[in-house]
Amino acid sequence: MNGRVRRCVVAWLALMGLLALTVSLTFVPLGPWRLAASLAIAAVKATLVAWTFMELGGAPRTVRLVVALTGGLLLVLIGFSSLDAAVRGAGA
Amino acid sequence: MSAAAAEPFRDARRRRQADEFGMFVFLASEVMLFGGLFAALSYDRVRHPGAAARVAEHLSLWLGTANTAVLLTSSLVVALATLAARDGHRRWTTAGLVAAAALGLAFIVIKGFEYRVDDAQGLTPRGGPALAGHPPTSLFIALYYISTIAHAVHVTVGVTLLAGTATAVGRGRIGVPARAMTIHLVGLYWHLVDIIWLFLFPMLYLARP
Repeated sequence: MNGRVRRCVVAWLALMGLLALTVSLTFVPLGPWRLAASLAIAAVKATLVAWTFMELGGAPRTVRLVVALTGGLLLVLIGFSSLDAAVRGAGA
Repeated sequence: MSAAAAEPFRDARRRRQADEFGMFVFLASEVMLFGGLFAALSYDRVRHPGAAARVAEHLSLWLGTANTAVLLTSSLVVALATLAARDGHRRWTTAGLVAAAALGLAFIVIKGFEYRVDDAQGLTPRGGPALAGHPPTSLFIALYYISTIAHAVHVTVGVTLLAGTATAVGRGRIGVPARAMTIHLVGLYWHLVDIIWLFLFPMLYLARP
């Protein structure tokens, strides 16, 4: 097994481990922190897929710039709309 | 038309960079499409956490988990097919792409089965025992269907691309390693479909009380 193949297989094993961890957390009473924890794990999984399978680690700077800008805009979109929802008072 | 006009790139490396850059710009537009759906889901979860929990309780955690594992495995197989293409292994490339397409198909079949289970439980935006006439719950269910159907459409497009590319590589219409970039670009689309699901899974299935 050459180095590139091994790296992909190790990433896949890590992804499966993280999936098991996320599902396990469903049975732990974490309250509102569960969403934050499961989204943080999803972000780690997405980074692993992007870095290893999509080869972002070796991608040109222009590609990394596109990815960074997209991530930033996404955070603005979701962050500000969630903030708006949070400060409008309690929901049903 | 001169050869220079037909080939605007300085060299083959620059052309590959342009191909990859163009694909990432397209993927960015796809991310923003799903970004709107994630924003709506987040807004609804913050405003009505009880509704999200009520719906998640009725969703099949195990089918959702199985589908996540299926997509992650298909991503690995596509990544390996790309490596095989760069090394000039036509058969391994074809086999990898076929396996990934089959896993994508398995995802759609599992999701279809899950929709049947959801429907049997009355988990539809129109009403049923799971909703009990609660508008925020109905809204969350509508968002569940909109986001998962939008994702399933992307999976279907991905499966078609993977199967088409596998056929073209198998018949020698796409030569490897010369056109390994084509397999890489198809793979990039497939990995994005995987990443979108990685976030849909906690947003929808893990909102349990």
